[in-house]
Amino acid sequence: MGNYTHEQAGPSPTASGQSATTPSEGLFSTYQNGHFFCELTNTGTPLDPRIDLLRQRLNALPLDDLRARAAQAEQELYNLGITFTVYSDKDAIDRILPFDLVPRILTQPEWRHVEAGVKQRVKALNMFLWDIYHDQNVLKDGIIPRELVVGNSNFCHAMMGLDVPGGTYIHIDGTDLVRDETGRFLVLEDNGRTPSGVSYVIENRHTTLRVMPDIASGIDLMPVDEYGMRLQNALSEVAPEGVDNPQVVLLSPGIYNSAYFEHVFLAREMGVPLVEGRDLVTENDRVYMRTTAGLRPVHSIYRRLNDDFLDPEAFDPSSMLGVPGLVQAYRKGNVTIANAIGTGVADDKAVYAYMPRIIQYYLSEEPILSNVETHICAEPEGLAYTLANLDKLVVKPVGESGGYGLLIGPHATKEELSDFSRKLKDDPANYISQPVVQLSVCPTLCETGLENRHVDLRPFAVTGRDTWVLPGGLSRVALKRGSLVVNSSQGGGSKDTWVLAS
Amino acid sequence: MTITVDPIATFPPQPLLSRYAECSMWLARYMERIENLARIIDITETFVRSGATDGWKAIIQINADEERFFKAHRKYSAEQVISFYVIERDNPTSIAALAHAARENARSLRPIISVEMWAQLNVFTNFIRDLKINDIRPGEISTLCTKIKEECQTHTGITEGTLYRDQVSVFYNIGRFLERADQITRLIDIKYHTLLPSEAGVGSEVDISQWSALLRSAAGYHAYRRVMAGDIRPSSIIGFLLKSAAFPRSLTTNLRLLHNSLTQLRRDYRLLASSNILERVEHLSAVLESQTATQIIVSGLHEFCDWIQSELQQVQNEIAQAFWPTEPVVAKTLSPMPPLEPFPAFSSQTQTQSQT
Repeated sequence: MGNYTHEQAGPSPTASGQSATTPSEGLFSTYQNGHFFCELTNTGTPLDPRIDLLRQRLNALPLDDLRARAAQAEQELYNLGITFTVYSDKDAIDRILPFDLVPRILTQPEWRHVEAGVKQRVKALNMFLWDIYHDQNVLKDGIIPRELVVGNSNFCHAMMGLDVPGGTYIHIDGTDLVRDETGRFLVLEDNGRTPSGVSYVIENRHTTLRVMPDIASGIDLMPVDEYGMRLQNALSEVAPEGVDNPQVVLLSPGIYNSAYFEHVFLAREMGVPLVEGRDLVTENDRVYMRTTAGLRPVHSIYRRLNDDFLDPEAFDPSSMLGVPGLVQAYRKGNVTIANAIGTGVADDKAVYAYMPRIIQYYLSEEPILSNVETHICAEPEGLAYTLANLDKLVVKPVGESGGYGLLIGPHATKEELSDFSRKLKDDPANYISQPVVQLSVCPTLCETGLENRHVDLRPFAVTGRDTWVLPGGLSRVALKRGSLVVNSSQGGGSKDTWVLAS
Repeated sequence: MTITVDPIATFPPQPLLSRYAECSMWLARYMERIENLARIIDITETFVRSGATDGWKAIIQINADEERFFKAHRKYSAEQVISFYVIERDNPTSIAALAHAARENARSLRPIISVEMWAQLNVFTNFIRDLKINDIRPGEISTLCTKIKEECQTHTGITEGTLYRDQVSVFYNIGRFLERADQITRLIDIKYHTLLPSEAGVGSEVDISQWSALLRSAAGYHAYRRVMAGDIRPSSIIGFLLKSAAFPRSLTTNLRLLHNSLTQLRRDYRLLASSNILERVEHLSAVLESQTATQIIVSGLHEFCDWIQSELQQVQNEIAQAFWPTEPVVAKTLSPMPPLEPFPAFSSQTQTQSQT
């Protein structure tokens, strides 16, 4: 495992917030990174020559040219259907995830650090899940409160004692990372259920190469194209024992799901059928798909459906999306479901707070990637601290995703603060709080030219018998000035993420 | 149309999801239907401009859309009929509704159709969705129909050039041939109403310009001129549209191609359930080949067209039952073939009508 931290291998951010080599004219002449860590201009002193080359090329572009390319990129994404879908009363409306064409760059040492940290984390998460669904030593040893795990709404009793192939529960993981003012990578949250966004990583690269071939030319990058193949291999590896040529499928809620494009993308990249619940049936605790030649066996299911919808017999009886009898077939070991059922307990925001201790417990290693300092409001000290410092903290509900229902203290009005503190006192166990991390920024094409905008990073890890991490990941960017919320549902966009090949 | 099992593919070939087969067939049908409707609207507009008075009424009648049409409209005016058939999404037979349906099917097929196919359909169906009343004014309609026709043809070309030729393309072709076979009988039927009044003897040279227009709307005018020279009798034109073995939209051509595709399913993919359906198509072809166009007209052209349409509907139903049954069949047993309908005897018109 690498031991890289930013302080050892990176530059010190300049105090003025202005990189030493700011050009006097061109696109970068007006760019300032403020007091934030800039992904492009701060990643090395002296700047890596390839990053400097990229910056010079961008700098030489007239603003109108860059805008024309941005418009071309967006039109192409729309026409190609690289979109998510929102609904009005009458129509399904396709929207693109806004794409900013200034890439975000990671150097090799930075990437090796992130990669090692993600692998460590995935390993610990899978060991944790095996443990809590078997002997529960982590609870017996008091590492994490029993109630937090067993009483968690995502804890799945049907998983108790089930030996999942390879011990892998989280086959596809997305770890949300941010960088603070010093450039240190911190884990914001784990996504071990059905993390999305990987299609954008690959499509963004294609878009960059289509609309900015001159800008990217000659800069050697780690490829992102093998994701589908890796995923297909991993899903075959964890198919039930004794199946020679396992049939893998991707289970999607269907064409009306907002992430349908990604499901299409992944099915295509893996070369496997994209099925809906109605395409699958179970017979004698085995799963089949309906084909023109009758029923054909299915062995490995990459599902993009939440636990609750998977099987109306086992969970929500009103769900029309799932497959009756699927959980029974799973429990008999006749089919593999990826990610496993009941992984939500491991990426829960309350469990997150214990992750450093969980890593220590199973691996006897220090976490390579640190957590953001986290206060658990379910604990009296955590609640007291949070209430006393509400205006300085980010408070998150533990059950939600998509950036909903959170409070960013420093940006909140007095009224919002007092409203929120009432909510907190009513249901403290539903919240955690963290200091506001001054997320790193990246030059981004805005109204006036290149401006700094906050970004995060979601690397994707694929685990069959071993773990592989897709080089780079999804860089989400908060397009509103000053905003720290990068979620696509809250006005976020994305960037191509480059990992320099050497 | 040749062998469709790729010798270099991993063995055994991947089975085709029933839903994909169904969507593929419907995608082809809807795109053909859109093209055909655009042709009919275009040609009617030309008819009406050149003096025919009830051209718009005939379209409504032939689609049996009177009831739904009069729910929203008061009279057969050009504006109202065009609006009804082009932009009104509430009308399931409008181009807007068909384009939406084609789009939904193509969305389901995105995992296996080419990116080019989806991109063109995406742009085209968004264009149709955004059409407003101003885009279909009488002065614009011919240009619009031409554009729609060309977009459908672009789709056909991209499909030909990019869709991998395995089962999914066979089902796509089945949809196209079924739809073309169905549409040519509808096109003939429209003109039957307006062009073949009872007092006009079969074989008389009535209203040449309108018959030429009919051929043009099926993109068959010049081919007809070339192979049929100066013969412009209605029976010859109907004979050409029904029985030409070389004309891509004739009934006989499409029945033959339909037969080829169903044979491919049985031969290349061992889908034995297509055997029964093949028999029905063979029967249909036999009925067609056993009569001259004049005999068909004498015994009732409209009834013949109706009968063909209902048989094609049967073929469609049997395909659905065989390849995407509502209740999945574990070990598929071949259901006994339903009795074939007796074919219309051209000696008695009443007997023909009783079968429609």
